[in-house]
Amino acid sequence: MTPIPHETTHASRTAGISALLKTAFINALIALVLFSLMVGIRTEAGSDGQLTYWTRFGDLASLVAAVFGGSILIELLRQWIGSTGTEKLVPPAVKSGMSFVGRYLAPALLIFTLLVPVIFYNQRYILDLAILVLTYVMLGWGLNVVVGLAGLLDLGYVAFYAVGAYSYALLATNFGWSFWVCLPLAGILAAFWGVLLGFPVLRLRGDYLAIVTLAFGEIIRLVIINWQELTGGPNGVSSIPRPSFFGIPLDNSDSGLAARLGIEYSPTHRIVFLFYLILALALLTNWVTIRLRRLPIGRAWEALREDEVACRALGINTTTTKLTAFATGAMFGGFAGAFFATRQGFISPESFTFQESALVLAIVVLGGMGSQLGVALAALAMIGGFELFRSLETYRMLVFGMAMVLIMIWRPRGLIGHRAPTVYLTKAQAISSDLVKEGHG
Amino acid sequence: MSRDEILSVDRLTMRFGGIVAVQDLSFAAERKKITALIGPNGAGKTTVFNCITGFYKPSDGTIRLAHDDGKVIALERLNDFRIAKQAKVARTFQNIRLFPGMTALENLMVAQHNALMRASGFTLLGLIGAPGYRDAEKRAIGLATDWLRRVNLLDRADDAAGNFAYGDQRRLEIARAMCTEPALLCLDEPAAGLNARESAALSELLLSIRNELGTSILLIEHDMSVVMEISDHIVVMDHGVKIAEGSPREVRDDPKVIAAYLGTDEEEAVAVMEGGS
Repeated sequence: MTPIPHETTHASRTAGISALLKTAFINALIALVLFSLMVGIRTEAGSDGQLTYWTRFGDLASLVAAVFGGSILIELLRQWIGSTGTEKLVPPAVKSGMSFVGRYLAPALLIFTLLVPVIFYNQRYILDLAILVLTYVMLGWGLNVVVGLAGLLDLGYVAFYAVGAYSYALLATNFGWSFWVCLPLAGILAAFWGVLLGFPVLRLRGDYLAIVTLAFGEIIRLVIINWQELTGGPNGVSSIPRPSFFGIPLDNSDSGLAARLGIEYSPTHRIVFLFYLILALALLTNWVTIRLRRLPIGRAWEALREDEVACRALGINTTTTKLTAFATGAMFGGFAGAFFATRQGFISPESFTFQESALVLAIVVLGGMGSQLGVALAALAMIGGFELFRSLETYRMLVFGMAMVLIMIWRPRGLIGHRAPTVYLTKAQAISSDLVKEGHG
Repeated sequence: MSRDEILSVDRLTMRFGGIVAVQDLSFAAERKKITALIGPNGAGKTTVFNCITGFYKPSDGTIRLAHDDGKVIALERLNDFRIAKQAKVARTFQNIRLFPGMTALENLMVAQHNALMRASGFTLLGLIGAPGYRDAEKRAIGLATDWLRRVNLLDRADDAAGNFAYGDQRRLEIARAMCTEPALLCLDEPAAGLNARESAALSELLLSIRNELGTSILLIEHDMSVVMEISDHIVVMDHGVKIAEGSPREVRDDPKVIAAYLGTDEEEAVAVMEGGS
């Protein structure tokens, strides 16, 4: 930001008073128009069903006055801080501290995550929450391949989560196949559906792609609801087998793991096992994604996000590149779905609504598209933070929404917006988010 | 087509609805030579380019490409990416199309996608870290480094391409096209927006590509100093048809070319064309 000469700053400040009042007045006027119907007039159904209404002009006046005063205050604050620019608000000492934290954040988080079941062994609530967070971390990492790397906006990601969950649930309940056989099958089936979705949307971009993927998510859900003979419809699939420790059940029977190890049985064993299972699955997702980014296919995904026409001019088959991105993302969604089914023991179409897709997409966007660490932090913030505000009850959504808006103002490209290069000659330099494209679709 | 022609365009016609952008255009580009396609704005040069590189399907006519081994490929039947992959025709764009969020080195690595895909066993071998792939990647980095050195951008290998100055972006785009190891390099106005010094460096680069590597070049260009200095053969277009063809000297003296460029005031036209030589 270039420094503004002192005179101009001074001039703009003195001239600002009338402009200040004008802005405040306009804001108050907008507030008056908006609130006059929402707050000024209160309607209710009377005892006989007739419409009764009364006015609340006092409340309206105080609201408009608050907006007037508030906009003056904000404008003054902006002038006071204004010309320094937001990047100068953070002192250099804090900045270097942040970069130090940034370097060790990922390993520290990983070690902490590994120790969670040890630290919180007796707190079932925290363990359950940690499993939930990790499930969304894995979903976020899976969707990150499609949205973050390949730049294809997918609003129907939950469909693959559902395919994975139902694959395991139906194979396990109908044929009695074990979790470890069904897990790869769930991934393969989800990847297959990813390719099926990929074909019709190959030519679509931007909003059109988003709409078709959204519809695909809904189609899968509606098929599950209506295909009663196979999926049980709205009743879902119940008594899905719990996972075994490679064949040894985790229960209090004589052949269970606790009995074999000669320790006392506790239901927490299964929770801890589930925790490490989803952690392993999430880390597998992370490892594969990091490896893929450094392979030609991963570079082609990112190049596709940057410029599709240039990709074709370089002889890259954009069709297969897009399909592999869809399939890879879907496969991880399928793994997560199989895990979800075995953890819950019961699944129904209600678990696979659009809201889930939106939540996972919000995690990816909030985290910073393409950043693995950012997605993990965003999942922690979204799922963990949502639980944190539980005591606020109805205001939870409001507080949460405001927090999200603030984060997006502060960091419009997500928590970790910069991009790390996949190959370097002398030194890997982070690439500013201003240069990295979001993709066309 | 004769042995020493790499590209032969025959009666190429491209219609967009009722508008005929290119009509019955025939020309040939010789192997290991620089052929220039010039003409006033709207003459249909970029349309010809897009037909050759497969971004448009020609309405009529044939485009033949002959490799060194004698294999002849009908370009009008191939998709855009297959033309780059199989026919080995690389191109640059009038408005530069780099991958701005990727480093210069990454840009050149993406250009070697097909070779690296084969080496990585279509990702499977690469995922488990097979030594064969690691060697192939090292070779790819070597080729990229070589090209960065040639275009004088080696010290900026790890910078994001979007941060490069305009002239550097132009050179990087040419280096990226060359990393696909093409038989024919098609350049769409490579000197546009360059200053005199940068244009001279560009001419030198293109001549070295022709002389040292023996890559055939087809270029569209408005900068007459570049065209006249490096071209072996010039094709002049106006309103979708070819109006002249020949060596730089022949084309420069052709009254039809002068008329096309600057109306009918031939004396003024001659002055401009000679000013560029």
